[in-house]
Amino acid sequence: MAERSLKLEIRDMTKRYDNGDGVEHINLKIYEGEIVTMLGPSGCGKSTILRTIGGFLDVTDGDILIDNESIVKLPPEKRPTAMVFQSYNLWTHMTVYENLAFGLKLRKIPKDQIRADIDKHLKLVSMSGFEKKYPTQLSGGQQQRIAIARSLLLKPSVLLLDEPFSALDAKIRQQMREELKKIQAELGITVVFVTHDQEEAMALSHRIVVMNKGKFEQVGTPTEIYDNPATKYVASFIGEMNFVEKDGKTVAVRPEDVAITSEPADIQGCVRTIMVLGHYVEVNVQCGDLVVKCFVDRDQSERLNPGDPVNLKFLKTHIF
Amino acid sequence: MFKYLNPKRFYYAVGKKKFLEFILLAVFMLFFYGPLMYMCITAFGNVYEVPNIFPTEWGFKWWNFVFSQKSLVSSIVQSLTIAVITTVCSMVLCIPAAYSLARFRFPGRKIFMLSFLLTNAFPKLGIYTSIGILFYKYNLMGTLLGVVIIHMINSMMFMVWLPCSAFQAVHKQQEEAARDVGAGPIRTFFQVSFPMAMPGIMVATLYTFLGSMEEAQGTLLVGLARIKTMPVEMYGIILDYPGQAGAVFAILLMIPAAVMIFAMKKYIGPEAIAGGFKMK
Repeated sequence: MAERSLKLEIRDMTKRYDNGDGVEHINLKIYEGEIVTMLGPSGCGKSTILRTIGGFLDVTDGDILIDNESIVKLPPEKRPTAMVFQSYNLWTHMTVYENLAFGLKLRKIPKDQIRADIDKHLKLVSMSGFEKKYPTQLSGGQQQRIAIARSLLLKPSVLLLDEPFSALDAKIRQQMREELKKIQAELGITVVFVTHDQEEAMALSHRIVVMNKGKFEQVGTPTEIYDNPATKYVASFIGEMNFVEKDGKTVAVRPEDVAITSEPADIQGCVRTIMVLGHYVEVNVQCGDLVVKCFVDRDQSERLNPGDPVNLKFLKTHIF
Repeated sequence: MFKYLNPKRFYYAVGKKKFLEFILLAVFMLFFYGPLMYMCITAFGNVYEVPNIFPTEWGFKWWNFVFSQKSLVSSIVQSLTIAVITTVCSMVLCIPAAYSLARFRFPGRKIFMLSFLLTNAFPKLGIYTSIGILFYKYNLMGTLLGVVIIHMINSMMFMVWLPCSAFQAVHKQQEEAARDVGAGPIRTFFQVSFPMAMPGIMVATLYTFLGSMEEAQGTLLVGLARIKTMPVEMYGIILDYPGQAGAVFAILLMIPAAVMIFAMKKYIGPEAIAGGFKMK
């Protein structure tokens, strides 16, 4: 990417809760027009960071800057951020239109302008014609669309998304993911996205921050993180990975990087199970106490039977 | 035609279960609406003496009588005034309390919630007597303020519990979302939290208003018969005038309650009331 301007910067930020949990010494730079995902298991501190950016949590130490201005002392209503929560975003006593207009009215925007803006944004999230409905009349996915539209209407510097799709079912989740990516590309808005779903993170992000126990494990593009995991934790959290102990070291190898051959190779075993997963086949091979997972193509799998002795060759490995 | 009203015929026509249900319903209706009907009949009976089942002369005589009594009319005004003041003061005092009980976890929160039950758990008369001692000290006996305070004490449990559970039903994210789009904390409360908790608050307000309208014991004791609300006046009427005047007055006392319940019937339901008594 060419010269990018810095949008959001977190400088040595620490947030400690009363019980001692929290995040420490967080440093992160997010550039204009990027989708950066905080990925990690629940309780790893990813939401904490997002909430400090949004202003819903005060920081113990450090600074947060947007467009080179510190926002750390501002209350949420004064920050140039907009947040979409996991659920209960909308106010049930207001219609969809009133929900969307609420923030604009506070900004004293003329009525005609509000109407035009809302029309445009409802179209953007494919929800035209729902103005007069109440939130409870909408499905979960539709509610999240409205919530996203409400945030976008305020033209925030940074859009914060706190697991916005995790309450939705798988199919709608994938659809929303794709639409969010499209909208983001259209508007060129900077997005910080929080999720515990690695597939979602891989699909959406320009960069992923993998977190564990309040610390950054690795920051990088999805391909970097998938191809070159920096730590064993990242390797196990992102995608599927086999871990083989060899000469006192842990060798990590992706199932698609394991080749089944008849010639002598890295490791020997017996075919345990063969599962067809569509265009590829998962073969689990028992090697001593270890089960190694391999993804092979259909042709090859047809020549295999459970119990067959096989040799496994590791095409690409990471050593920890 | 009368042979079809024969109970035996009816019993076999509808079956045992239905028949028993019918009897039960009939007894219940009589028990529930009987006194009410009797009251209505009495109120419109100009002449109504003992051996007759129905009044011998119908009319509005006693209505005219009640409305011609200055003290009775003024008591209606007094009652409404006190009920409105009580309701407004109660809202101003209790709704912020309910909100903080719903939002903030602090030590002793549950005990504090339960303490509102205490005023309703003890015999009222005992409480009024001890309050009386305090009120004499602060010159509140026989004053409007004193009566309002008594009414507020009675309504406090409803006014804190019901709105509290209503505020708990408003999700934190909904308030945060309002802050996020640019509303300050006060605007968030009045435009998001408060309207969303409105049904619960309405039910509590209704209870407070109706409770104040019908409160007699405390008003009589603390008001020293100087503050004459409708229920207080009722005592006098029952003793001094024929039953018809009392019936007319009772109907008058019912009207505001009936109007309020009708106006708020949307909000009043078993769930709304039961929801208020959940201790969360």
